[in-house]
Amino acid sequence: MCETTSTPKFATGDRAILPEGASTIPIYVMGKMYEVPETLTIMKAMEFAGFRFLRGAGCRGGICGACPTVFRKAGDYKLHYGLACQTVVEPNMYLAQIPFFPANRASYDIEEMSGLADAIHALYPELFRCVSCNLCTKACPMDVDVLGYISALKQGNIEKAARLSFDCIQCGLCASRCMGEIPQYHIAQLARRVFARYIQPQAEHLKSRVTEIEAGKYDQMLDEMSGMSKDDLEKTYVDREREPDMVEPGSWMPQDRQYL
Amino acid sequence: MGYTPELKELIKKVEATRPERVAKARREEHYPALSMDGRREVLSKFHPDYQEDAKREVKVGPNKGDVFQEGVTALLESRSVVRPDKVDLGKVDMETDVLVIGGGGAGTSAAIMAADAGCKVIIANKLRHGDSNTIMAEGGIQAATQECDSPYYHFLDTIGGGHFSNQRDLVAALAKDAPLSIAWLEKLGMMFNKYEDGRTVVRHCGGSSRKRLQSAGDMTGAEIMRVVRDEARNRAEMISVIEFNPAVELLLDSEGKCAGAILFNMETHEFTIVKAKAVVMSTGGFGRLHIKGFATTNHYGATMDGVVMAYRAGVGNKSLHSTQYHPTGVSYPEQNVGLLITEKVRGLGAHVLNSDGEQFCFPLEPRDVESAELIQEAMAKGKGIMTPTGRVGLWLDSPMIEELHGAGTVKKELPAKFIQFERHGIDISKEPMLVYPTLHYQNGGINVDGDTNTVLPGLFGAGEVIGGVHGENRLMGNSLQDIITFGRRAGINAAEYIKGGVEIKELSLDHVIKFEQDLQEAGIEKPKVAPILLPDYSTDEVAERRWPEALTEGTPGL
Repeated sequence: MCETTSTPKFATGDRAILPEGASTIPIYVMGKMYEVPETLTIMKAMEFAGFRFLRGAGCRGGICGACPTVFRKAGDYKLHYGLACQTVVEPNMYLAQIPFFPANRASYDIEEMSGLADAIHALYPELFRCVSCNLCTKACPMDVDVLGYISALKQGNIEKAARLSFDCIQCGLCASRCMGEIPQYHIAQLARRVFARYIQPQAEHLKSRVTEIEAGKYDQMLDEMSGMSKDDLEKTYVDREREPDMVEPGSWMPQDRQYL
Repeated sequence: MGYTPELKELIKKVEATRPERVAKARREEHYPALSMDGRREVLSKFHPDYQEDAKREVKVGPNKGDVFQEGVTALLESRSVVRPDKVDLGKVDMETDVLVIGGGGAGTSAAIMAADAGCKVIIANKLRHGDSNTIMAEGGIQAATQECDSPYYHFLDTIGGGHFSNQRDLVAALAKDAPLSIAWLEKLGMMFNKYEDGRTVVRHCGGSSRKRLQSAGDMTGAEIMRVVRDEARNRAEMISVIEFNPAVELLLDSEGKCAGAILFNMETHEFTIVKAKAVVMSTGGFGRLHIKGFATTNHYGATMDGVVMAYRAGVGNKSLHSTQYHPTGVSYPEQNVGLLITEKVRGLGAHVLNSDGEQFCFPLEPRDVESAELIQEAMAKGKGIMTPTGRVGLWLDSPMIEELHGAGTVKKELPAKFIQFERHGIDISKEPMLVYPTLHYQNGGINVDGDTNTVLPGLFGAGEVIGGVHGENRLMGNSLQDIITFGRRAGINAAEYIKGGVEIKELSLDHVIKFEQDLQEAGIEKPKVAPILLPDYSTDEVAERRWPEALTEGTPGL
C-alpha cells in the first residue's frame, strides 16, 4: 500500500462520490449517456451525474412512491419497473422516470359508504374494463398482487382487496400500464378504508377509554403530575410497574389501580 | 449484487472471531458496558450533540445567546429569499381562513379539523401532498388504550424517557389526546393491526411501562398518511391543496398578527401572496441538513424551513441543540444507506465489530452512547470498513443470532430486514451487516403551548417542527402521536381563533426588514439565504464544472 498524506475521501450525508479504484458504468437518462459509479441507486447515480431532483424524489427509502422509473437494457426489448431510490444501476440501462400519472380519482364521503361493494362499483365502473392481462402486477415495484385485488373487488370481496393491496405505495405504475385505464391504487385506497371502517370490528376497549377521557376522568391526574417536583416525578417514574411481555391482551392488571 | 470481493475478504475476519465470541456469549460473558464516567467521556468526545467544535452561538433573534450546531445556527442567522422592501403586498393572490404550511401528517390532520369547523383551508406543500417523515415511520403510534394503562402512565413514560426535560403541558396534551387520535383514525378507516374482536394489537417499546404501541403492519406512518390525505382529497370544496409551492416567508399584519405567507412555485419560479386569518406551521424536521455529515432516515424535504420562517417572525425554539441519532443505520448497500436497523438485532445478541472483527463496545448501551462509540471506532481509531461508494461502516454480526438461538431465527424475528437485504443479494443470516449512526429526529423545535399557540397571534404549530414534547430524547411511537394530537389541536384551535373574530389589517414584511437589520448590526457577513427548501447533492466535480467563478451573472436560462 502506498503512503498518502491526504485524508481518505468519505461520502457524507447523501452525496455520492467515486472512491479511488471504483469503476464507472454508462447509463442512459432519457436517452443521454452518463458515466456513474457502479452500485449506486438510480436516484443517487443521477445526482452524481449532476441532476437535482424536484419531482421524482421523496422519502428515498422505498415507501413514498415519488420515484417510479421504467427502464430497459441495451439489446433487450423487455421493460422493467422499479423505484429510483431502490434500484441499482446496471451498465447500459435506458431509463425514464414517471413521477406523476393522471389517474382518475372519485370523490366520496366515507360516512355514506357501507360494507357493500356496490358503492365501490358505482364510483369506479371502469373496474369492469379489466381484461386480466396482469401488466399491473408485473409493473408493481412493491410486488403487490394488483390483478388479484382488482379481481377480488370485481367479485365484491372488499376484505381480500384491502389485505392484498396493503403494501401499495400509490406510485401509479400499475395505472400507467393498464389497458383498461383503471386507477387501481385509488380504488385500493377506497377498499382499505371501507374495510377498516365497516367490515373490520371496531375496538370496544378504545370506545370506553374515549368516553372516560371526554368525561374529564384524567384531567386532574395530569394536572397534578404537571405540577410535581422533578424529584417526586422521578420517584414515581422509577417505581412504576411494568406490564409483563408474555400476557394475554387485556388480561393483566397492575397492583396500583388508582390512576387507571 | 451482494458484497464485493474486497468486503467478502474482510468478512472472513468476522467469521474467524465468531466461534469464540459465540462461546463467550453462551457463558453470559459480555463486553463490559461503560461506567457513567466512561459514558460521559465518549459522549463528550464523539457524540455530535456534545462536541463543542462545530457549534456556534446564535447572535440574533429570540434565541440569541443559545448555542447550536453550525448548520442550525447558520439557518437561524439567514436572510430572506425575497427583498422585503421590494415586495408589493397590495396584490393579494389568494385568501383563505387557514393556511397550512406543510401537508404531512400534522398539517393534513389540522386541515381536516379546521374544515370540519367550517373553515376554508389551503395546504401549501413543498413537494407532493403527503411527502413527509410521517410516511416513513414504521413501528407504531403510542396511545394508552388498554385497561391496565391510562394517560397517567403515558405521561410518566414520556417525561421519564425525555430525562424530565419535556414541556409538561405538551406531554399532558399528548397523553390525554392519544386514544382520541386512535379513535379518530379508526373512524376514518385506518387499517390497524387488530385481533378478531376488534381489539388493537399493542406492543411494548423502549421505555414503556405498558404495551401501548399500536401499528399497521410495519408501515404505520404510511397508512396514517394515506388515510388522512385521502380524507382531505374528499373535502376538495373546503381544502385546496397546492403542491411544489412551499412557503418562503410568513406575513404579518400592521397589528402584528400572523396574516398569511409568501409561496414560491418551484417549477415556474413565481411568487404568490396568500392572505390567511390563521396559519398552521407543520413543516417537519431538519434531517436533510446532514448535521456533521451524517446520513439520515429523513425525507428529501426535511430542511428546517418552518423554524427559520417562524424565527424571523419572533417565534423562538427549544431543545433544537438535541438530535436523535440512531446507532445502527445502514451504510451498505448504497440503496439502503441511512435506513434504520432496529435495536432488536442487538437485543437478539448480535455484536458490533470493527474491521479486525473485534468487539469494541457493549452492544446495548443507550442510543446516544452506542452512537458515540461507533463514531470513535471508525473515525478516531480508523477501524471502520470502507464501502465501494466511499462510506464508512462497522459490522453488525447478525449470523451469530442463528448460532445463539437456532437456524432460521433471523428470518423469523427480522422478516422486513431479511427481505430488504435479500433484495440486494445479502443473506443477513449468513453475512453480517455494515452499519453507522444515522440522523433520525429533530428533538427540538418552535415554542408552542399545549393548545399549539405560539407567541405570534394567529400562528399555530404541530408535528416535528415544534419543540418540548419529547424533551431531549424521544420514545418510539410518540412522534406519530405528536403529529395527530397536535395536528388536530392546531386545526381546532385555528378555527376557534377565527370564530373569535379576526380582521386582517395591512400586510407587512417589517419583521423581515427588522431581522435583516439585526443581522447586519450583529456583523454577520454573507448570511445564508433560507429556507433552503431542498438539499444539494451535486458532487464537487460537477459543481466545479458549472464554473461558478467564470460564469457571467445574468446568463440566460440559469
